[in-house]
Amino acid sequence: MCQACGCGDTNIVPVSLNERILAANDRAARHNREHFRDRHVSAINLMGSPGAGKTAVLEATARMLGPGARVGVLAGDLATDNDAQRIRAAGMVAESITTGTACHLDADMIHKGLHRMPEWRTFDYLFIENVGNLVCPAVYDLGQDVNVVALSVTEGEDKPLKYPTMFQKADLVLLTKIDLLPHLPDVRIETIRENLSIVMPAPRMFSVSARTGEGIDRWVHWLEGLRVPRASEHVIVGAL
Amino acid sequence: MHEYSIVQSLFDQIRDTARARGAVAVHRVTIQIGEIAGVEVELLRTAYELFRERTICEHAPLEVEAVAVRWTCPDGHGDVTRGHALVCAVCARPARLAAGDEIVLKQLELEVP
Ligand SMILES: Nc1nc2c(ncn2[C@@H]2O[C@H](COP(=O)(O)OP(=O)(O)O)[C@@H](O)[C@H]2O)c(=O)[nH]1
Ligand SMILES: [Mg+2]
Ligand SMILES: [Zn+2]
Ligand SMILES: [Zn+2]
Ligand SMILES: [Zn+2]
Repeated sequence: MCQACGCGDTNIVPVSLNERILAANDRAARHNREHFRDRHVSAINLMGSPGAGKTAVLEATARMLGPGARVGVLAGDLATDNDAQRIRAAGMVAESITTGTACHLDADMIHKGLHRMPEWRTFDYLFIENVGNLVCPAVYDLGQDVNVVALSVTEGEDKPLKYPTMFQKADLVLLTKIDLLPHLPDVRIETIRENLSIVMPAPRMFSVSARTGEGIDRWVHWLEGLRVPRASEHVIVGAL
Repeated sequence: MHEYSIVQSLFDQIRDTARARGAVAVHRVTIQIGEIAGVEVELLRTAYELFRERTICEHAPLEVEAVAVRWTCPDGHGDVTRGHALVCAVCARPARLAAGDEIVLKQLELEVP
């Protein structure tokens, strides 16, 4: 009741909150991150456009690591199990997370995916192939250690400038399908690097071809570097 | 189209806050969306308008404050100019994002009996 004059009106009170709207997802992501820390699993969130070559990179990674590697994949897929099947055929443990109409994976989907893949506890690396999309996946923390964005040479040099949110969050960009460069006289790797430096504070890009295997060794070497405890965490800035 | 799921999270958050404070209605919702938060404000508004009926937000207009991107030197040398490489002009260290990725529920006006 209005205290001032007793007119019977209800009180309207302003309440300052300053809470992240995705706080529930942040909590679920923290929970996943604790699981990964406990079990010394390095979790890699692999993002990129549909067809950028994410699954192909994982297949090539499986070939490079060989049959003894303790590695698995959670593959986000709108409707099918195709990517998980391809990855299993390449020799890695894989489960698909069917998202239906959702354009991204969230932390809770990853947690449920872990339940369906109990072997994850023994992994050195857990790769999460996110839904093919250069916007939405960047918004949701999954509990990963690092974000990797696959960008194919056929996508155009200006992609980093058009999708700054995605590239700003990337720890590494994999420039994929470089075996196609001889057919693309207008694509300049230097221009892609320059565009990345405008949106990514510490730009790091490796050129790879899943087709020929070129550059995959360097990527695998980078992955090995994740196995030493990392000094800095991926913090969400601007969060209150 | 994650704007729909963001609005869903927003409603959940508002409902919990309102319940905790014994509010009977919400009269205004103010959120902040950063320039590179990855959220389309127009889509977010559409989703909000579509779903607010029959929720506690039925009579609450949505106010969206845009937050500009700001990159700064982690060593205190001030802001880094946009449109160039994101490194400090003084010490060359990689810039830190100081603002611009907010997806934040800032304030509610609650009707409390
Ligand atoms: N030439 C060439 N094609 C590739 C390469 N990697 C992937 N592709 C092709 O690109 C298409 C999409 O690859 P895919 O791995 O399914 O992409 P995803 O949607 O990002 O998982 C397929 O037709 C692949 O054969 C590559 O390194 N070189
Ligand atoms: Mg795929
Ligand atoms: Zn758990
Ligand atoms: Zn989306
Ligand atoms: Zn500086």
